[in-house]
Amino acid sequence: MVTNITNPGRSGLADWLIQRVSAVILALYTLFIVGYLLFNPGLDYIAWSGLFSQAWMRIFSLLAFVSLAAHAWVGLWIVTTDYLNKWVGIRLAVQTFIILAVFVFLVWGIQVLWGA
Amino acid sequence: MSTLQVSLYRYNPETDSAPYMQEFQIDTQGRDLMVLNVLELIKEQDSTMVYRRSCREGVCGSDGMNMNGKNGLACVTPLSDVVRNNKLVLRPLPGLPVIRDLVVDMGIFYRQYERIQPYLQNDDPTPAIERLQSPEDRDKLDGLYECILCACCSSSCPSFWWNPDKFVGPAGLLQSYRFLADSRDTATRDRLADLEDPFSVFRCRGIMNCVSVCPKGLNPTRAIGKIREMLLTNAT
Repeated sequence: MVTNITNPGRSGLADWLIQRVSAVILALYTLFIVGYLLFNPGLDYIAWSGLFSQAWMRIFSLLAFVSLAAHAWVGLWIVTTDYLNKWVGIRLAVQTFIILAVFVFLVWGIQVLWGA
Repeated sequence: MSTLQVSLYRYNPETDSAPYMQEFQIDTQGRDLMVLNVLELIKEQDSTMVYRRSCREGVCGSDGMNMNGKNGLACVTPLSDVVRNNKLVLRPLPGLPVIRDLVVDMGIFYRQYERIQPYLQNDDPTPAIERLQSPEDRDKLDGLYECILCACCSSSCPSFWWNPDKFVGPAGLLQSYRFLADSRDTATRDRLADLEDPFSVFRCRGIMNCVSVCPKGLNPTRAIGKIREMLLTNAT
């Protein structure tokens, strides 16, 4: 057993599952957005903001944002443990920066969804 | 053309400040020799070069090395399989410390093997005769027990290069699954608990270098997938 404290799930199994479930959610969200843009060629501000004022779209979007945050955290954590494997100080600093950035972007995303 | 151009990795830490490649011209007399035979011919030209070998028939696993960029056993690899443009480049197994020439220190590889407790564990009272197993349960060990620990797979795995102290590696995980799959072993839960961290098993990214190089034709990637399935079943 190898101990870890800066990965989101604390366990490799949890991280692995988070990575896969969030990937499926992101794929569905991407397909939906691309499909929506293709089927609404003359899209204007009213229609676009109308879409995002509906509760289900906000929930779906928030789900996608949370998935993106988790997916990025797991993925970049793995990248740092490979490529920064010899430099503990730099690795910890980069991991902390990634976690803080993920948090900032997530809160910003929530504000965009429910603001305005 | 029967003269083979061989480029051999040389390093003797007692006399060389850095490793270098030494060129040899080897007369194969047009025969499709095994790479090990070529090493024997090189040894006749320069007796200071060092490599490991023993059984010379792919059973002992001593002569694992990197031949034209691909790991394998020199004794069971014919020249026709690896030689391109009449050139052969021989290097030690990648990712392991070099002791001298083609001889590597396998300590870190063996430590990961030791970590997965590669022996049968059973809490039940010892029966009067041997522990029995159905033919079906015995069949589950096929493709797992044949590993000879030559390290060709683990030393071709980038995840093992990065984290050889944390990632068990394909050879160790194949053996780990060999005991997880054994109907006579009762330590399954403890074995799984030791593997669920982000490194031991999950550092495998499924690129299947291990499958591509295994001289025994085994499939560590499939065994790793089975371990993941067992972990998931156990934890959900």
